[in-house]
Amino acid sequence: MLTLFVLVPLLVLLLLNISWRALPRIVPQAAVLVLGFADVVFGLALPTLPVNSEIPVLSELHFGLVADDLTRVFLVSIGLVICAAAFVNQESMTTERAHRNFCSLLLVSLIGMNGAVLLSDFFSLYVFLEVTAIASFILIAIERGIFAVEGAFRYLLLSAVAAMFMLTGVGLMVFTIGDTTFSAVHESLTIANGSPLLLKMAVGIFIIGLFIKGGLVPFHGWLPGAYSSAPPGVSVLLAGIVTKVSGIYALVRIAQDVLVSDPSLSMILLVAGSASIVVGAIAAIGQSDLKRMLAYSSISQVGYIVIALGAGTELGIVAATFHLFNHAIFKSLLFVDSASVESRLGTTDMGKMGGIGAKMPWTGTTTGIAMLSAAGIPPFSGFWSKLLIVLALWKAGREGFAILAVVASVLTLGYFMVMQHRAFFGKPSTQLDSVKEASAGYVVPAVVFALITVLTGVFFPLLKDSPLSFLLLNKGLSW
Amino acid sequence: MNDAIVEIAMLVTFVLMALWAVLATKLLRAVVALAATSVLVTLLLFRLDSPLAAVFELSVCAGLVSAIFLGAITLTQPENEAEVAVSAKERIRRYWYLPPLLLLLGVALLQVALPDVPTTAAAADDVRKVLWTSRHLDLLGQITVLVAGAFGVIVLFKEARKNER
Amino acid sequence: MSGELITLYVTAIVLVAVTGLYYLLVTTSLIRAVIGLELVTKSITLGLILAGRLTGKVGLGQALAITLIVVEVVVLVVAVGLILLAHRHTNKVDTRDLRSIKG
Repeated sequence: MLTLFVLVPLLVLLLLNISWRALPRIVPQAAVLVLGFADVVFGLALPTLPVNSEIPVLSELHFGLVADDLTRVFLVSIGLVICAAAFVNQESMTTERAHRNFCSLLLVSLIGMNGAVLLSDFFSLYVFLEVTAIASFILIAIERGIFAVEGAFRYLLLSAVAAMFMLTGVGLMVFTIGDTTFSAVHESLTIANGSPLLLKMAVGIFIIGLFIKGGLVPFHGWLPGAYSSAPPGVSVLLAGIVTKVSGIYALVRIAQDVLVSDPSLSMILLVAGSASIVVGAIAAIGQSDLKRMLAYSSISQVGYIVIALGAGTELGIVAATFHLFNHAIFKSLLFVDSASVESRLGTTDMGKMGGIGAKMPWTGTTTGIAMLSAAGIPPFSGFWSKLLIVLALWKAGREGFAILAVVASVLTLGYFMVMQHRAFFGKPSTQLDSVKEASAGYVVPAVVFALITVLTGVFFPLLKDSPLSFLLLNKGLSW
Repeated sequence: MNDAIVEIAMLVTFVLMALWAVLATKLLRAVVALAATSVLVTLLLFRLDSPLAAVFELSVCAGLVSAIFLGAITLTQPENEAEVAVSAKERIRRYWYLPPLLLLLGVALLQVALPDVPTTAAAADDVRKVLWTSRHLDLLGQITVLVAGAFGVIVLFKEARKNER
Repeated sequence: MSGELITLYVTAIVLVAVTGLYYLLVTTSLIRAVIGLELVTKSITLGLILAGRLTGKVGLGQALAITLIVVEVVVLVVAVGLILLAHRHTNKVDTRDLRSIKG
C-alpha cells in the first residue's frame, strides 16, 4: 500500500511525458497539485488506511516501506510545499518548455522525498536522497542563467562529497554486520557484540554526509548560493522541504530509531546545532539581498532542530519534529513572499523595496506573520516549537544550550526586524507608485501557509488531544 | 603466493593510476588515466568474485564515463598550449605535497594488522537473487534516477530555441 | 583471504579516496573536480565489494555497487551538463572565473 506513494507519481511522470506535446499546460500543473495534495490527505489519514494490505499484482515485491508519525509529519509537509512551489512556478516561469520540465522534475523530487521518508535502509536512503538531489541540481539551473548554473554546480559538488561520506558509512556497515537496514544496525548497536565501535563510526560518518546535505555549519557554504540563484518556485521547494528531507529528516530518524540517546551523538548535535544557530543568524543580519538573508536564516533555524535532537530525549525529538514542520511552513511562506516581491519589482535587493508593504498588503502581512513565527513570538506556531526546544534542553540538563537558544531567538527577531524595516515598513518611495499586489498564484499559498501558522499556534494547547496530535508524534508528553 | 603478487601489483597500479589522473598536466591524459583506474577496478572486482559489478564498472565507468569526459573536453577546449605550461607550474605548487601525504598515509595504514578471513564464506548469495528479493526499492530508485538523468539531458544539453514563446 | 592482503586493499582504497577528495577540493578546473569525484566513487565501489566479500555477502556488495554506479553516472551527466552551460556563458571552465557567488 505504501508503495503507491512512490509508484503512482512515477507512473504519472512517465504518462505525462509519453505524449506531452498534445497536453495543455494545465495538465502537468494539475498532476503535480493533485499528487502533492494526495500526500497531505493520505499523510493525515494514514492510520485509517489499510497500510499493510498487499496490492494483488505487487504482492511479490518487497519494498520494505514503513510509516510512523514522523513519516506522516513529513508527508504532509512535502505535499504542502510541493503545491506551493507549483503555484509559484505557474506564475513565474514564462516559457512553456521550462514549465513542463519543471513539473516533471517536481514529480521526480516528490518521488525521491516520499521514498526517503518511507524507507528503512541506509543504502536506499542514499539512493532516494540522490534522486531528490539530482532533481534539485537540474531545477536550480533550469533557466540556464550563469548564477544559477554556478549555484547548482557548487551544490552538486558538495552534495556528491556528502554522498561519498554516506557511502563510506554504508560500506563500513556492510563490513561489520553485513546488513544496512535501520533495525539491523540498531540491534547490533544495542546487543554490542562484535565491533560496535566500528559500527558507531559507520553511523557517524553517515551523519557527516547528512550534515553537509542539511547545510549545517561548517558545511553550509553551498546553501546561500543555491537558494538565492534558483528560480522562485525552486527556492520555495529547496528551502521549504528538500534540504530538510535530505539532511534533517534522516538525522531525526537516526536519533529516533538507530542511535537512541547516545551521548556522543548528542554532543556532536549540540555543538553543530549551536554553531549553525549563531553563524546563520549573524550572517543573516549582514545581507542586503532578501533571498540570501532567508537562506542564512534557514541555516540558523535548522540549527534549532539539530540542537533539539541533541537533547537526546523523547521530548527533544518531538520538539525537533514540530519545529521542522513549522519551519517548512514559515520558510516556504517567506520564499513565496520573496517571489511575489520579485515578480513585481524584478529584484530581491532589500534596498530597492523600501515601504513595499503598503503597496502589497497581503505579502507584507503574511511576511510579518512568518517572521514572528520564526522568531518564536506567541501566539504563532513557532513560539510553541521553540518553547519545546528550550524545555527539552533544560530538562536534559543542557541549561547552557537552552539559554543560547533563547538568546539567539532575539538575534532572529533582530534580523527580521532589520528586514521588515528596510523592505516592508515605512513610506513607499515614489518609484513604487505603480506597484500592485502580486497575483493570486502567489497570494493564495501565502495566505494558506499564514493560516496554518496562526491556527496551529492558537490551537496548540488542544493539539495533543486532536487528530493532529501526530505533529507531536502522538506522544502523551507532559510538560 | 603467485596469485597474491598479481593482486598486489594490481593494487599498486590502481593507486599510481589515480595519482597520474591527478598530476597529469593535460586534461586528455587525466581522462585516460581515469579510464585506466576504472579498468583496474574491474580486474580487482573480478578477483573479488563480483563479475556482474565488474562488467558494470567496465562498460559504464571505463566506457560511458570516458566518452562523456572526452565529449566535454572537445566541446569546451579548456586549455591551449600556453595555458597548459602556466597551469603546469601552478600545479607543482598546488600538488607537491600530495605524494608525500599519500606515502605517509600509506605507510601508516600498512601497519594495521587485520585478521585473516576464510575465503569459503564467499559466494554464499547470488547478486541477482539479492537484487530481486531484497532490494526492489533500489531498483525503483535506479529507474527514477535514470528518468531524472533524461530530464537533465533535456534541460541542460538541448540548445535553447530563440523564437520560443 | 589473508590479513595482509586485506590491509593492502584497505590502504589502496583509502589512498585513492584521499587523492580524489584532495583533487576535488584543490583544483580550480570544473572538469578536473569531476574527475576527482570519479576517483572517490571508484574507491568506494571497490570498498563496497570488498566489504561484501569479507562478510560473505558478495551478492549484497554487488547489488549496492551496481546501484551506486548507475546513480553516480547520472550525477556525472548532470555535472557535465552544468559545465557546458557555464562554458557557454563565460567561455571558461575554471572556478576562478565563477566567483560571482560567494559562499
